[in-house]
Amino acid sequence: MTRYIVRRLLQMVLTFFGATFVVYALMFANQDDPYQVLAGDRVVSDSQRAALNAQYHLDKGFFTQYWYYVKGLLTGDFGTSLTGRRIGDMLAEAWPITIKLTLLAIVISAVVAIAAGVFSAVRRGGIFDHVTLVLTLVVLAMPIVVLAPVAQLIFGVKLGWFPVTVTRDANLYQLLLPALVLGTLVVATELRVTRSSVAENLRADYVRTARAKGLSTRRVVGVHVLRNSLIPVITLIGVDLGVLMSGAIVTEGVFNIPGVGFNLFRGIRTEDGPVVVGFVSVLVIVFLVVNLIVDLLYAVLDPRIRYE
Amino acid sequence: MTDIKAEMDVLPGMDPRAHLLHVDELHVEFRTRDGVAKAVNGVNMWLRPGETLAVLGESGSGKSVTAQAIMGILDTPPAHVTGGRVLYRGVDLLKLSEADRRKVRANRIAMIFQDALSALNPVFTVGFQLAEMFRMHRGMSRRDAKARAIELLDQVRIPGARDRIHDYPHQFSGGMRQRVMIAMALALDPEILIADEPTTALDVTVQAQIMKLLAELQQQRNMGLILITHDMGVVADVADRISVMYAGRVVEEAPVHDIYSRPAHPYTKALLESIPRLDRKGRQLNVIPGLPPPLTDLPSGCSFHPRCAYAREICSRDEPPAYQIAPQRIASCHFVREVLGV
Repeated sequence: MTRYIVRRLLQMVLTFFGATFVVYALMFANQDDPYQVLAGDRVVSDSQRAALNAQYHLDKGFFTQYWYYVKGLLTGDFGTSLTGRRIGDMLAEAWPITIKLTLLAIVISAVVAIAAGVFSAVRRGGIFDHVTLVLTLVVLAMPIVVLAPVAQLIFGVKLGWFPVTVTRDANLYQLLLPALVLGTLVVATELRVTRSSVAENLRADYVRTARAKGLSTRRVVGVHVLRNSLIPVITLIGVDLGVLMSGAIVTEGVFNIPGVGFNLFRGIRTEDGPVVVGFVSVLVIVFLVVNLIVDLLYAVLDPRIRYE
Repeated sequence: MTDIKAEMDVLPGMDPRAHLLHVDELHVEFRTRDGVAKAVNGVNMWLRPGETLAVLGESGSGKSVTAQAIMGILDTPPAHVTGGRVLYRGVDLLKLSEADRRKVRANRIAMIFQDALSALNPVFTVGFQLAEMFRMHRGMSRRDAKARAIELLDQVRIPGARDRIHDYPHQFSGGMRQRVMIAMALALDPEILIADEPTTALDVTVQAQIMKLLAELQQQRNMGLILITHDMGVVADVADRISVMYAGRVVEEAPVHDIYSRPAHPYTKALLESIPRLDRKGRQLNVIPGLPPPLTDLPSGCSFHPRCAYAREICSRDEPPAYQIAPQRIASCHFVREVLGV
């Protein structure tokens, strides 16, 4: 077990540097003239360029720039954005709200998916089953770039049930609509996986045994079947985190949430290499850590799995 | 411990003098998209305390379906009990509410299954699955239930029971796993145990151990045992009576020795002749020609007639009645006398 975790953590270090390198290279290739983008229509004088180059090394070659970046990273310094802000501070400001948003989306989607999935599996072929099938297809077909503004328009602007935008110190209520929109990205697949997993487990031999033991249907389904059925669902939720992260870029943009996605989006638009690389790097770490946790959880849920 | 049993005794119609178990003209069919499969077609059987009834038959002869209908654990749909009665001490279980039925399960009639690895829940410890019986049916605390679970594992002679209750089913050997199943079935002191091919998945030496254990536990508790099997060898050693099933019917029922010495139904006779025997070494083994009929399309008259050496015109026309050929001996064949050789 410990060896497994250590091995995974070592793999993580490699993945991390690989990911930062790729993102850095992509940003480098994409950069045209970041100073000009920053300045807009104004003319950037040679002396200004020289001063900025001294700070950001943009006149140097790719590997030199990457070397400066990694050197900073290893000393815990994410560098400064082209607008002069420390990226470490930006991260510290952006992450809490994104974590809140993503957790809310995960919880909402998981609760809805598991409850509805179990119910439609138990009543296979019933009305509820058919309705959820159609609904999940609709949700699956709807891209979030459409869903987010439409939801904002209908529930935020027209009906006025939810605030249209979100402030930095947002409460759960403010985040509810964006979280619902974000959750739709993953709820459909999670529901389908829950349904098929429960349906499959309902046919298992151990269910017959549980019934022969004189247990109530509620206990057979709610304890014996559910525990087995959740194994693939939990794994899926871990993988879905990646989907939610990318979905957060659009959702945070639409609802004006000053989180990770919002900063990342702005960074890409303004060709702000250090910002993009910094935010993506942390995203990569979070994704890797969560998936490690999910894999470890897998062994807790399924005692037949042991990590050597 | 006895409180729930006491409560059960006031079930309306319960008669302690009635048969422990009496299955009367049971009919079960499976309604599927491909048609209606008649799995059980008028099965009769009965069981006394302390007695072992072996139910013998090929796959698909309706043995397991009958057992699951007695337990009330058939999947409905597709399975439907379309007729008959299952009388436990005079009470028709088929007429009970689901809540009452559930109290009968495990408390009165328990069941063990063929493959203990898939029959036990893979993600819960053996201790949890055993203790669950006491917690759910007896309302015991976790601690008391755990103590009882250890006792049970001791009773089925699993070494190191105290530690092993924390293990998961896959950590046990096949024989030990079947012992766990037995412990679980016997947890609430049932009066009837239905064992559905309990040793089929085990190797021969372990089979003998499990059968011996079952016999001992049965004797200690004076429990009625229905042993479902297709293994004629297992049956000869342990059974008191045998019911032979074919295509959802009991075709012959007899005390064990009578059936081996003088089978009264052509199917039983053919089955016995198809057992490899040392004294017939080198000679060709007798087999029953053809296959069991599809349950969706049973032959008219006697279901066995297409494969039967004794079959004549009447067999494809009239279903043979159950002839009482001796006390406790029943056979459903038009030519019983001929088969018996009288």
